[in-house]
Amino acid sequence: MVSIMAASMSLADSRRRLLLDSLGIIASGIGFGLVYGLAARSAGFSPIEAGAMSILVFAGAAQFAAVGYVLGGFSWAGIALLTAFLNARHLLYSASLAPYVADRPRWVRAIMAYLLTDEAFALSIAHWRRIGRTDLWGYWWAAVVADWIPWNVATVVGVTIGGAIVDPAQWGLDVIFPAAMAGLAVGLVSGRRELVAALGGVAVAVGVSLAWDPAAGIIAGGLIGPTLGLLVPGRPSDQDLGEVLP
Amino acid sequence: MSTQLVVLALLMGLVTYPSRALPLLALDIDRLPPVVREYLRLVGPAILASLAAISVMVVTDAERHSTFHIGVEWLAVGVCIGLVAARRGLLVGTVVAAAIVALARLWGLAALS
Repeated sequence: MVSIMAASMSLADSRRRLLLDSLGIIASGIGFGLVYGLAARSAGFSPIEAGAMSILVFAGAAQFAAVGYVLGGFSWAGIALLTAFLNARHLLYSASLAPYVADRPRWVRAIMAYLLTDEAFALSIAHWRRIGRTDLWGYWWAAVVADWIPWNVATVVGVTIGGAIVDPAQWGLDVIFPAAMAGLAVGLVSGRRELVAALGGVAVAVGVSLAWDPAAGIIAGGLIGPTLGLLVPGRPSDQDLGEVLP
Repeated sequence: MSTQLVVLALLMGLVTYPSRALPLLALDIDRLPPVVREYLRLVGPAILASLAAISVMVVTDAERHSTFHIGVEWLAVGVCIGLVAARRGLLVGTVVAAAIVALARLWGLAALS
Protein backbone atom coordinates (compact mmCIF):
# COMPACT_ATOMS: atom_id res chain seq x y z
CA MET A 1 0.00 0.00 0.00
CA VAL A 2 1.37 3.38 -0.95
CA SER A 3 1.25 6.37 1.32
CA ILE A 4 -2.29 7.65 1.99
CA MET A 5 -1.39 10.95 3.58
CA ALA A 6 1.44 12.55 5.48
CA ALA A 7 2.56 10.43 8.42
CA SER A 8 2.77 12.14 11.79
CA MET A 9 4.44 9.24 13.59
CA SER A 10 6.75 6.33 12.83
CA LEU A 11 5.30 2.82 12.59
CA ALA A 12 7.02 1.67 15.79
CA ASP A 13 5.86 4.69 17.78
CA SER A 14 2.32 4.42 16.49
CA ARG A 15 2.14 0.71 17.29
CA ARG A 16 3.36 1.49 20.79
CA ARG A 17 0.60 4.09 21.10
CA LEU A 18 -1.91 1.56 19.79
CA LEU A 19 -0.89 -0.97 22.43
CA LEU A 20 -1.29 1.58 25.22
CA ASP A 21 -4.58 2.91 23.83
CA SER A 22 -6.00 -0.58 23.65
CA LEU A 23 -5.45 -1.31 27.37
CA GLY A 24 -8.51 0.71 28.38
CA ILE A 25 -10.56 -0.96 25.64
CA ILE A 26 -9.48 -4.39 26.90
CA ALA A 27 -10.48 -3.51 30.49
CA SER A 28 -13.83 -2.22 29.30
CA GLY A 29 -14.40 -5.29 27.11
CA ILE A 30 -13.66 -7.66 29.97
CA GLY A 31 -15.96 -5.77 32.35
CA PHE A 32 -18.90 -5.70 30.01
CA GLY A 33 -18.27 -9.16 28.61
CA LEU A 34 -18.65 -10.44 32.17
CA VAL A 35 -21.88 -8.49 32.62
CA TYR A 36 -23.21 -9.71 29.27
CA GLY A 37 -22.47 -13.30 30.30
CA LEU A 38 -24.26 -12.73 33.60
CA ALA A 39 -27.25 -11.09 31.86
CA ALA A 40 -27.46 -13.95 29.37
CA ARG A 41 -27.34 -16.49 32.19
CA SER A 42 -30.10 -14.63 34.05
CA ALA A 43 -32.21 -14.72 30.89
CA GLY A 44 -31.84 -18.49 30.67
CA PHE A 45 -29.11 -18.70 28.02
CA SER A 46 -26.85 -21.73 28.36
CA PRO A 47 -23.06 -21.16 28.19
CA ILE A 48 -23.09 -22.53 24.63
CA GLU A 49 -25.85 -20.13 23.59
CA ALA A 50 -24.24 -17.08 25.23
CA GLY A 51 -20.84 -18.02 23.78
CA ALA A 52 -22.30 -18.59 20.32
CA MET A 53 -23.92 -15.16 20.46
CA SER A 54 -20.57 -13.52 21.24
CA ILE A 55 -18.75 -15.47 18.53
CA LEU A 56 -21.37 -15.24 15.76
CA VAL A 57 -22.76 -11.75 16.38
CA PHE A 58 -19.77 -10.12 18.13
CA ALA A 59 -21.59 -6.85 18.72
CA GLY A 60 -22.08 -5.91 22.37
CA ALA A 61 -25.02 -3.52 22.12
CA ALA A 62 -27.00 -5.88 19.89
CA GLN A 63 -26.24 -8.80 22.21
CA PHE A 64 -27.40 -6.95 25.32
CA ALA A 65 -30.54 -5.93 23.44
CA ALA A 66 -31.11 -9.52 22.30
CA VAL A 67 -31.08 -10.74 25.90
CA GLY A 68 -33.90 -8.29 26.62
CA TYR A 69 -35.77 -9.28 23.46
CA VAL A 70 -35.57 -12.98 24.30
CA LEU A 71 -36.81 -12.28 27.84
CA GLY A 72 -39.59 -10.15 26.36
CA GLY A 73 -40.70 -13.00 24.09
CA PHE A 74 -39.95 -11.22 20.79
CA SER A 75 -40.14 -13.29 17.61
CA TRP A 76 -36.79 -14.29 16.09
CA ALA A 77 -37.63 -12.38 12.93
CA GLY A 78 -38.24 -9.26 15.02
CA ILE A 79 -34.96 -9.76 16.89
CA ALA A 80 -33.10 -10.18 13.60
CA LEU A 81 -34.64 -7.00 12.21
CA LEU A 82 -33.75 -4.99 15.32
CA THR A 83 -30.23 -6.44 15.29
CA ALA A 84 -29.74 -5.35 11.68
CA PHE A 85 -30.94 -1.86 12.63
CA LEU A 86 -28.68 -1.63 15.70
CA ASN A 87 -25.67 -2.79 13.70
CA ALA A 88 -26.27 -0.72 10.57
CA ARG A 89 -23.61 1.77 11.71
CA HIS A 90 -21.01 -0.79 10.67
CA LEU A 91 -21.74 0.21 7.08
CA LEU A 92 -20.10 3.55 7.81
CA TYR A 93 -17.07 1.98 9.48
CA SER A 94 -16.67 -0.43 6.61
CA ALA A 95 -16.94 2.32 3.99
CA SER A 96 -14.46 4.47 5.89
CA LEU A 97 -11.89 1.65 6.11
CA ALA A 98 -12.42 0.46 2.53
CA PRO A 99 -10.03 2.95 0.86
CA TYR A 100 -7.18 1.77 3.07
CA VAL A 101 -7.51 -1.91 2.21
CA ALA A 102 -8.77 -1.83 -1.38
CA ASP A 103 -5.70 -3.68 -2.64
CA ARG A 104 -5.80 -6.43 0.00
CA PRO A 105 -7.07 -9.91 -0.96
CA ARG A 106 -10.82 -10.35 -0.79
CA TRP A 107 -10.55 -13.11 1.82
CA VAL A 108 -8.56 -10.80 4.10
CA ARG A 109 -11.22 -8.11 3.79
CA ALA A 110 -13.92 -10.73 4.47
CA ILE A 111 -12.23 -11.67 7.76
CA MET A 112 -11.70 -8.01 8.61
CA ALA A 113 -15.44 -7.46 8.12
CA TYR A 114 -16.37 -10.20 10.59
CA LEU A 115 -14.14 -8.56 13.21
CA LEU A 116 -15.31 -4.98 12.59
CA THR A 117 -16.60 -3.29 15.76
CA ASP A 118 -16.70 0.22 17.22
CA GLU A 119 -13.45 -0.42 19.04
CA ALA A 120 -11.61 -2.11 16.15
CA PHE A 121 -12.57 0.74 13.84
CA ALA A 122 -11.61 3.47 16.29
CA LEU A 123 -8.23 2.04 17.25
CA SER A 124 -7.16 1.03 13.76
CA ILE A 125 -8.27 4.16 11.88
CA ALA A 126 -6.43 6.32 14.44
CA HIS A 127 -3.31 4.17 14.01
CA TRP A 128 -3.46 4.29 10.20
CA ARG A 129 -3.94 8.06 10.21
CA ARG A 130 -0.89 8.49 12.44
CA ILE A 131 1.36 6.48 10.14
CA GLY A 132 -0.29 7.70 6.93
CA ARG A 133 -0.87 4.22 5.51
CA THR A 134 -2.40 0.83 6.16
CA ASP A 135 -0.93 -1.51 8.78
CA LEU A 136 -2.94 -4.71 8.97
CA TRP A 137 -1.03 -5.79 12.05
CA GLY A 138 -2.66 -2.83 13.80
CA TYR A 139 -6.11 -3.93 12.70
CA TRP A 140 -5.63 -7.51 13.89
CA TRP A 141 -4.33 -6.24 17.20
CA ALA A 142 -7.27 -3.88 17.68
CA ALA A 143 -9.91 -6.35 16.51
CA VAL A 144 -8.63 -9.66 17.84
CA VAL A 145 -6.38 -8.96 20.84
CA ALA A 146 -8.09 -5.84 22.18
CA ASP A 147 -11.66 -6.79 21.39
CA TRP A 148 -12.54 -10.32 20.23
CA ILE A 149 -10.53 -12.30 22.79
CA PRO A 150 -11.46 -10.22 25.88
CA TRP A 151 -15.15 -10.11 24.88
CA ASN A 152 -15.45 -13.83 24.20
CA VAL A 153 -13.40 -15.01 27.17
CA ALA A 154 -15.30 -12.67 29.50
CA THR A 155 -18.63 -13.89 28.10
CA VAL A 156 -17.78 -17.49 28.96
CA VAL A 157 -16.51 -16.53 32.41
CA GLY A 158 -19.58 -14.35 33.04
CA VAL A 159 -22.11 -16.98 32.05
CA THR A 160 -20.24 -19.61 34.05
CA ILE A 161 -19.50 -17.86 37.37
CA GLY A 162 -22.59 -15.66 37.29
CA GLY A 163 -23.44 -13.87 40.52
CA ALA A 164 -19.86 -13.53 41.75
CA ILE A 165 -19.38 -10.65 39.29
CA VAL A 166 -19.00 -7.12 40.63
CA ASP A 167 -20.79 -4.40 38.66
CA PRO A 168 -18.10 -2.82 36.43
CA ALA A 169 -19.89 0.54 36.73
CA GLN A 170 -18.78 0.55 40.37
CA TRP A 171 -15.19 0.89 39.09
CA GLY A 172 -16.11 3.49 36.48
CA LEU A 173 -15.46 1.03 33.65
CA ASP A 174 -18.66 2.12 31.89
CA VAL A 175 -17.09 5.50 31.13
CA ILE A 176 -14.02 3.99 29.46
CA PHE A 177 -15.88 3.30 26.19
CA PRO A 178 -17.18 6.87 25.64
CA ALA A 179 -13.91 8.35 26.92
CA ALA A 180 -11.91 6.18 24.52
CA MET A 181 -14.19 6.99 21.57
CA ALA A 182 -13.98 10.73 22.35
CA GLY A 183 -10.22 10.58 22.79
CA LEU A 184 -9.74 8.71 19.52
CA ALA A 185 -12.04 11.19 17.76
CA VAL A 186 -9.82 14.02 19.05
CA GLY A 187 -6.84 12.24 17.54
CA LEU A 188 -8.57 12.27 14.14
CA VAL A 189 -9.26 16.02 14.21
CA SER A 190 -6.52 17.82 12.33
CA GLY A 191 -8.47 20.73 10.84
CA ARG A 192 -11.74 22.63 10.72
CA ARG A 193 -13.46 20.07 8.54
CA GLU A 194 -12.93 17.22 10.99
CA LEU A 195 -13.93 19.47 13.89
CA VAL A 196 -17.18 20.51 12.21
CA ALA A 197 -17.87 16.90 11.19
CA ALA A 198 -17.37 15.76 14.81
CA LEU A 199 -19.36 18.54 16.50
CA GLY A 200 -22.07 18.48 13.85
CA GLY A 201 -22.28 14.71 14.20
CA VAL A 202 -22.68 15.04 17.98
CA ALA A 203 -25.50 17.58 17.68
CA VAL A 204 -27.38 15.50 15.13
CA ALA A 205 -26.73 12.21 16.93
CA VAL A 206 -27.98 13.41 20.31
CA GLY A 207 -31.02 15.11 18.75
CA VAL A 208 -32.05 12.04 16.77
CA SER A 209 -31.38 9.78 19.78
CA LEU A 210 -33.74 11.80 21.94
CA ALA A 211 -36.37 12.11 19.24
CA TRP A 212 -36.20 8.51 18.06
CA ASP A 213 -33.56 5.97 19.06
CA PRO A 214 -29.82 5.97 19.88
CA ALA A 215 -29.08 3.45 17.12
CA ALA A 216 -30.63 5.85 14.60
CA GLY A 217 -28.78 8.72 16.28
CA ILE A 218 -25.37 7.12 15.73
CA ILE A 219 -26.13 6.52 12.06
CA ALA A 220 -27.53 10.04 11.58
CA GLY A 221 -24.50 11.61 13.27
CA GLY A 222 -22.14 9.51 11.19
CA LEU A 223 -23.94 10.42 7.97
CA ILE A 224 -24.74 14.11 8.49
CA GLY A 225 -21.60 15.12 10.42
CA PRO A 226 -19.28 14.55 7.42
CA THR A 227 -21.76 16.38 5.17
CA LEU A 228 -21.52 19.42 7.44
CA GLY A 229 -17.74 19.07 7.45
CA LEU A 230 -17.66 19.20 3.67
CA LEU A 231 -19.45 22.55 3.77
CA VAL A 232 -16.38 24.06 5.45
CA PRO A 233 -13.62 25.17 3.10
CA GLY A 234 -10.80 22.67 3.44
CA ARG A 235 -7.07 23.24 3.51
CA PRO A 236 -5.24 22.72 0.23
CA SER A 237 -4.12 19.31 1.52
CA ASP A 238 -7.80 18.37 2.04
CA GLN A 239 -8.66 19.30 -1.54
CA ASP A 240 -5.91 17.05 -2.82
CA LEU A 241 -6.73 14.16 -0.56
CA GLY A 242 -8.85 12.39 -3.11
CA GLU A 243 -5.86 12.20 -5.39
CA VAL A 244 -3.57 10.57 -2.84
CA LEU A 245 -5.99 8.10 -1.33
CA PRO A 246 -5.30 4.64 -2.75
CA MET B 1 -27.55 -28.01 27.88
CA SER B 2 -29.82 -25.95 25.61
CA THR B 3 -28.55 -24.99 22.16
CA GLN B 4 -31.77 -23.62 20.68
CA LEU B 5 -30.60 -19.99 20.77
CA VAL B 6 -27.49 -20.85 18.75
CA VAL B 7 -29.75 -20.69 15.69
CA LEU B 8 -30.90 -17.22 16.75
CA ALA B 9 -27.26 -16.18 17.20
CA LEU B 10 -26.51 -17.46 13.70
CA LEU B 11 -29.46 -15.49 12.32
CA MET B 12 -28.29 -12.33 14.10
CA GLY B 13 -24.77 -12.87 12.76
CA LEU B 14 -26.11 -13.30 9.24
CA VAL B 15 -28.03 -10.00 9.33
CA THR B 16 -25.05 -8.18 10.87
CA TYR B 17 -22.34 -9.36 8.47
CA PRO B 18 -23.56 -7.56 5.31
CA SER B 19 -23.33 -4.13 6.96
CA ARG B 20 -19.78 -4.95 8.02
CA ALA B 21 -18.70 -6.48 4.74
CA LEU B 22 -20.47 -4.81 1.83
CA PRO B 23 -18.38 -1.62 1.53
CA LEU B 24 -15.15 -3.46 2.36
CA LEU B 25 -15.79 -6.10 -0.30
CA ALA B 26 -17.80 -4.27 -2.93
CA LEU B 27 -16.80 -0.59 -2.87
CA ASP B 28 -14.90 0.29 -6.04
CA ILE B 29 -12.56 2.87 -4.52
CA ASP B 30 -10.93 3.82 -7.82
CA ARG B 31 -14.27 4.97 -9.19
CA LEU B 32 -15.23 7.15 -6.25
CA PRO B 33 -15.02 10.90 -6.86
CA PRO B 34 -12.66 12.85 -4.58
CA VAL B 35 -15.52 14.44 -2.67
CA VAL B 36 -16.81 11.01 -1.66
CA ARG B 37 -13.35 9.97 -0.50
CA GLU B 38 -13.13 13.16 1.53
CA TYR B 39 -16.57 12.42 2.96
CA LEU B 40 -15.40 8.94 4.01
CA ARG B 41 -12.36 10.50 5.68
CA LEU B 42 -14.69 12.61 7.83
CA VAL B 43 -16.85 9.64 8.89
CA GLY B 44 -14.30 8.62 11.54
CA PRO B 45 -14.35 11.75 13.71
CA ALA B 46 -18.09 12.20 13.20
CA ILE B 47 -19.19 8.73 14.22
CA LEU B 48 -16.72 8.29 17.09
CA ALA B 49 -17.77 11.65 18.54
CA SER B 50 -21.42 10.66 18.07
CA LEU B 51 -20.89 7.35 19.88
CA ALA B 52 -19.16 9.09 22.78
CA ALA B 53 -21.81 11.80 23.07
CA ILE B 54 -24.74 9.40 22.98
CA SER B 55 -23.07 7.17 25.57
CA VAL B 56 -22.82 9.98 28.12
CA MET B 57 -25.70 12.27 27.17
CA VAL B 58 -28.53 9.85 26.41
CA VAL B 59 -30.02 7.27 28.75
CA THR B 60 -32.40 4.70 27.31
CA ASP B 61 -34.78 2.64 29.44
CA ALA B 62 -35.99 -0.91 28.88
CA GLU B 63 -38.76 0.32 26.55
CA ARG B 64 -36.12 2.22 24.55
CA HIS B 65 -37.38 5.64 25.66
CA SER B 66 -34.46 8.06 25.59
CA THR B 67 -33.86 10.97 27.95
CA PHE B 68 -31.13 13.60 28.16
CA HIS B 69 -28.60 12.87 30.90
CA ILE B 70 -26.26 15.24 32.70
CA GLY B 71 -23.79 13.68 35.09
CA VAL B 72 -20.24 13.17 36.23
CA GLU B 73 -19.59 11.19 33.03
CA TRP B 74 -19.49 14.51 31.15
CA LEU B 75 -16.66 15.72 33.38
CA ALA B 76 -14.83 12.40 33.04
CA VAL B 77 -15.02 12.35 29.24
CA GLY B 78 -14.15 16.07 29.11
CA VAL B 79 -11.04 15.48 31.18
CA CYS B 80 -10.08 12.56 28.93
CA ILE B 81 -10.48 14.77 25.85
CA GLY B 82 -8.33 17.44 27.50
CA LEU B 83 -5.60 14.96 28.39
CA VAL B 84 -5.55 13.50 24.87
CA ALA B 85 -5.44 16.99 23.37
CA ALA B 86 -2.55 17.80 25.71
CA ARG B 87 -0.78 14.69 24.37
CA ARG B 88 -0.91 12.79 27.66
CA GLY B 89 -2.17 9.69 25.85
CA LEU B 90 -5.49 7.87 25.68
CA LEU B 91 -4.55 5.37 28.38
CA VAL B 92 -3.96 8.15 30.90
CA GLY B 93 -7.19 9.81 29.76
CA THR B 94 -9.35 6.71 30.15
CA VAL B 95 -7.81 5.75 33.52
CA VAL B 96 -8.39 9.26 34.89
CA ALA B 97 -11.95 9.26 33.49
CA ALA B 98 -12.73 5.93 35.13
CA ALA B 99 -11.18 7.11 38.41
CA ILE B 100 -13.30 10.29 38.42
CA VAL B 101 -16.51 8.31 37.92
CA ALA B 102 -15.54 5.57 40.40
CA LEU B 103 -14.66 8.10 43.11
CA ALA B 104 -17.81 10.15 42.48
CA ARG B 105 -19.89 7.01 42.90
CA LEU B 106 -17.91 5.86 45.93
CA TRP B 107 -18.52 9.21 47.63
CA GLY B 108 -22.18 9.17 46.67
CA LEU B 109 -21.85 12.13 44.29
CA ALA B 110 -23.16 10.16 41.31
CA ALA B 111 -25.50 7.25 40.81
CA LEU B 112 -24.50 3.94 39.25
CA SER B 113 -25.58 4.03 35.62
